[in-house]
Formats: sequence, C-alpha cells, structure tokens
Amino acid sequence: MTTTRLLEMKDLTVRFATYGGNVQAVRGISFHMNEGECLAMVGESGCGKSVTAQTIMGLTPSPPATISGEIFFRETNLLKLGRKKLQALCGSKISMIFQDPMTYLNPTMTVGKQLEEVLQEHTRLSKRERLEKIRKTFDLVGIPNPEKRIKEYPHEFSGGMRQRVLIAMAVLCGPELIIADEPTTALDVTIQAQVLELLKSLREKLHTSVLLITHDLGVVANMADRILVVYAGKVVESGDADAIFHSPAHPYTKALLASAPSASWQSKQNLVSMGGTPPDLFSPPVGCGFSPRCDYAMKICREKHPPLLKAEEGHLGACWLLHERCRALTNSQGFFPKEALS
Amino acid sequence: MISQDILIEAKNLKKYFSLDKSHTLKAVDDISLCIHTGETLGLVGESGCGKSTAGRTLVNLYSPTGGSVIYRGKDTARLDKRELREFTREAQMIFQDPYASLNPRMTVGDTISEGIDIYRLASGKARLQRVQELLEMVGLRKEHTDRYPYEFSGGQRQRIGIARALAVNPKLIVCDEPTSALDVSIQAQVVNLLNRLQKELGLTYLFISHDLNMVKYISDRVAVMYLGVIVEIAPSEDLYSHPEHPYTKALLSAVPVADPRKERQRQRILLEGDVPSPVNPPRGCRFQDRCSFAETRCNEEQPTLKERGKGHWTACHIF
Repeated sequence: MTTTRLLEMKDLTVRFATYGGNVQAVRGISFHMNEGECLAMVGESGCGKSVTAQTIMGLTPSPPATISGEIFFRETNLLKLGRKKLQALCGSKISMIFQDPMTYLNPTMTVGKQLEEVLQEHTRLSKRERLEKIRKTFDLVGIPNPEKRIKEYPHEFSGGMRQRVLIAMAVLCGPELIIADEPTTALDVTIQAQVLELLKSLREKLHTSVLLITHDLGVVANMADRILVVYAGKVVESGDADAIFHSPAHPYTKALLASAPSASWQSKQNLVSMGGTPPDLFSPPVGCGFSPRCDYAMKICREKHPPLLKAEEGHLGACWLLHERCRALTNSQGFFPKEALS
Repeated sequence: MISQDILIEAKNLKKYFSLDKSHTLKAVDDISLCIHTGETLGLVGESGCGKSTAGRTLVNLYSPTGGSVIYRGKDTARLDKRELREFTREAQMIFQDPYASLNPRMTVGDTISEGIDIYRLASGKARLQRVQELLEMVGLRKEHTDRYPYEFSGGQRQRIGIARALAVNPKLIVCDEPTSALDVSIQAQVVNLLNRLQKELGLTYLFISHDLNMVKYISDRVAVMYLGVIVEIAPSEDLYSHPEHPYTKALLSAVPVADPRKERQRQRILLEGDVPSPVNPPRGCRFQDRCSFAETRCNEEQPTLKERGKGHWTACHIF
C-alpha cells in the first residue's frame, strides 16, 4: 500500500478571547493522516478536539480566535487559503459530520433542498442530475424510499435517519476526507451500531479517509486504525489502535481505559477512578497538564511539558516516564512503582 | 445488605400522556416490578422507552394513569396527608443534567437545605452543620456552602444534586441517568460515591440509564424496557451472561467494547429500523417488527413476563 500524506497539522494553537480572559483551547497539536486512513482523536469534553476539527474546516472565526501553526491538505496550507478557495474545498473535498443532526439541519427546508444546495454550490449538475445524485446517495447511506424522503422536513426523520441525512450530505461530492465530530454521541446504542456500520462500509466503498472525533473509547476500537489521545489541548499519546488499547504509554490513557466500565466487569466492584478534574485552560499548567491528577507525577512533570517521546515504533507518548533517563528505572509495565517516587 | 422485604413495588403501573383528543402517548404501559430494601435495580432501555417516566411515576412526581405503587406495603394513592409527606421524603431523586437541575440563583447551601426546611429536620446552627456534613459526605468542602452552581464543574454539580437528595434522610433514591452528562473519568467518581453511600446509609436505588456497562456494574438486578413495557428482568450477572429476550441480546451486542481485537471478532446483531412511536404501539409484542424471530403469535398476543430461571423473567413467546 502506498502511503500518501493527506492531511498534516503542524503545531496548531487556537486561542479564544473571551470576557473571562484568553482560553487556550488548542496548545500545539501536530499530527498527520495518510490516504485511506481512519484516525481517531479521543479526549474528554473541553480538551480541544472539536476546535481542532473546526479549525481544519475554517469554522473558527478569527477574531475571536487567534490561530497559529500550519494545516496542510495535500500541498495547500488551509490556514493561508483565501475564504473563497477554502469554501470551495470544504464541503467537496473535505466534509464534516456533526454531533447533533437536528441543530445542523435547517428545520424549515426539505431535506432534499438542503442536499441540493451542496450540489449547487460545488458542482455544475443540472436539476435532474442533482436529484438523481441525491437519490443514489440516499440508497448508499441506507435511507429507504428516497423519492418520498427527499420531500420531507428534518422533523419527520428519526434521530438515526437524520444522522444518515448528514452523512449523505457529507459524501455527496465524493470527499477525500470526512471529519466526523462525535457522530454517534446523540444516538441510542442500537442506532449507534447501525451508523458505525454505515461509516465503515462507506469508507471501504468510497476510499475516503476519516478523522473521527469522540470521547467514547468503544466507538474508537471499532473504527480507528490510529488513535490520538488529547488532553488539555495537547496530544498526549499517539499510535496504532492496538498499541493504545493494549499497551498504553501515557498514564492518562491508562486511567481512561481503566475507568470506563466494561462488560467483563463484575458488578459492584469499585471502579478505578481518576481523582480531580481536567485543568482550566484559561491558565493552563506550566508543566504536563495531567500532572495534578497523575499518580506517577515527578518534579519535572510540574515544571516542564514533556515532548512526544517514543514508546515503541510508531507509538509516541508525551510523558517524562518515557524519557531514556527515566526508563531505566521503570518497572516491567513501563511505569514507576509508586513507592519509588515517595 | 439486601434484605428479603420489598421496599417499593409497582403493580401494573401505567402512565399515559394525552396529546390531543384522539392521541395518547403510552409512555409506561403496564409494568410490574419490585425493589428490595438495600438493593439496586437497574432500568435500561433506549431513549423514549419510558424508563424515566417509570422512575418519576414511582416516586410520585407523576400520578399514575393506572395500576398502583406500593410502598412498605401501602398503596401510595391511598396514603393520608401525613403518610404521603413521609413517603415523598423517603423517596428522593437525582437527575440527569447537573446544569438544569440546580437553581442558578440559589447557593449550594440553600439548595441542599431546602428539603431540610420543608420537612423541619433541623434549624439554625444544626441546619448549617448538617449542610456541611452532607457536603463532606459527597466529597465537597464545607467552604462550598455559600457558592453558586456556576462555580462548579459537572461532576461537582452532580455531587451537589446527590447531597440535596440525601439531606432529608431518604430510603429510596431514583437515579435518573446520573452519569450520562459526565465525562468518563468523572463518571467513575460519581458511581463510586453512589456505591459508598449505599453501603454507609443502607440506601435503595433505582438506577436508570442507557449505558449498559454502567448499569451492570452498579446493579444487583436489571430490568430491560422497550416501548413502555419490561421485556426482561434478571440478576445482573445472569442477564449479561445469558440474555434471553431478542431485544436484550441485540442491545448487548450493540454496546461497543473498548478493545480492538475483541471488536474485530465480534458478531453484531444489527437491529433494523428505529423504535416505533409509543403513540400507536404495535399490537401484540412491542418488539415484533424489529425482531428476526417474530411469528404470527407475536402479532396477536402480547407476551407476559414468565420466570425461566431463578429470578430471571422474560416476556417473549419464542424463548
């Protein structure tokens, strides 16, 4: 398989000026995506994952946002692109699926009309061709009875079907990259399973890359090739899905995996819980953002933010424990025994 | 410890909401269940299946359309004023959304002590002391008494909601999706707190949630609801290891597992379509049009709960 770079983000920072001060939502995120890949960005609310995605699409207006860094889509730097050119690219080559389908569909317009708008904007198809294309896309995403459904309004669709409409809208122009921002969070488990299955099959059929943003580790396990774990506006770990789930390198990832209840658990057993809360991004900590909650925190963790260090081949973690001077001391699980620190 | 005596029981409980002259929404349509003292009963189902309505009807936030709620052997509809007051004190609720369920214009202290005042449980210094004690019990600090809800994070607000429920010395707490608005790392904190409080205070919980893993973990027994009826009820380990109802099976197989290797091997039962509207639920079995095993009998007759194993009840004609 040839690996062509599709998207590359270099040291992106996004700050918002608010009445309460500057929020540093994204504090230097770098990653890349290859063609055909599904990359998942995992993190808790407020960690900056959605802002990162919206910045790719040019959806963070500046002001109030201050953006620095570079985002390359193939050879073009999206942050330097003029508004017109960016708009031509977004919606056709790059498209987005949002969390809550009801808020992103216009309730006063028929679904067909809203899909047609996308085609009017990005293609030169005639009215008949447009309708034909919409019908075909409805078939593709599994909306039965397209003839009738095109003329209906969003409120006549159920939650799962609405999400399918958004997905149809996203794949209408044959995108190379789909950004799915919490695509199943608003849905019930049985519907979530349907939508995930659909996204997977679309990825195979259309050979698109997917940037999946979610807080649900289960969803990620099902879809992603590679995973980025984001905490307090920074990438704390990146690597193959298997590596992240089976040998997590960062204490945050470890704790996150341990605190999600899994089906294999005995009932009434105490959940492993992380103490504390994520840091306030109005005044982010100087050192590692996770250090106040980390069982393994050392002096350096509070003073200096660790760079992304190599845990294994292709598996990086931003943790001082992975530093070569520290590694000699860590135990077989890759972690300091707690006693050694006190 | 779970005792044998039943604390609260729902008998053929129904709650309908009339939409207009010809349409009624049957949110809860004839459910029967009991909760033993000291037990946690989990109630799971997808959105719109009536689980929250069932919980609210149980603690008298809604008055039932039909059937009855029996609390400590007495029908709650026939309680006199004093007994009813006692019942509403002993049956408390924790709500889903920690942002919407706290009054933004009331301090934490006022929010928590509202119940104390209404039931005249303490006053003056003792009242303040009780509030501070409650705050510490749920893992907050007593300095938080005079703060307002906006100063707290989601997890902390949920703790305030829990303290408010505990303020009136309840016996039964209906937890309506207490963790679904919270982040994974915070969910575990809240659930551990609920478990600890149950042990310390001998509470009985009805734990309503759509998160099957969470329910399994916290509950002794689990009831599965679909479109206003209970389709299966069983001890939690049993339900998860040997689900019987086709809906329960599908529901369990739809839950994503945080393990890529297991996910790849997993056989999913994918349900077709959506949950039908509770305004005109299908005749016969509610699940028939999404069930791959449905027979003609399922269309004609609504299955009732039958005991298959020890304490394992299923409402299905086929299994």
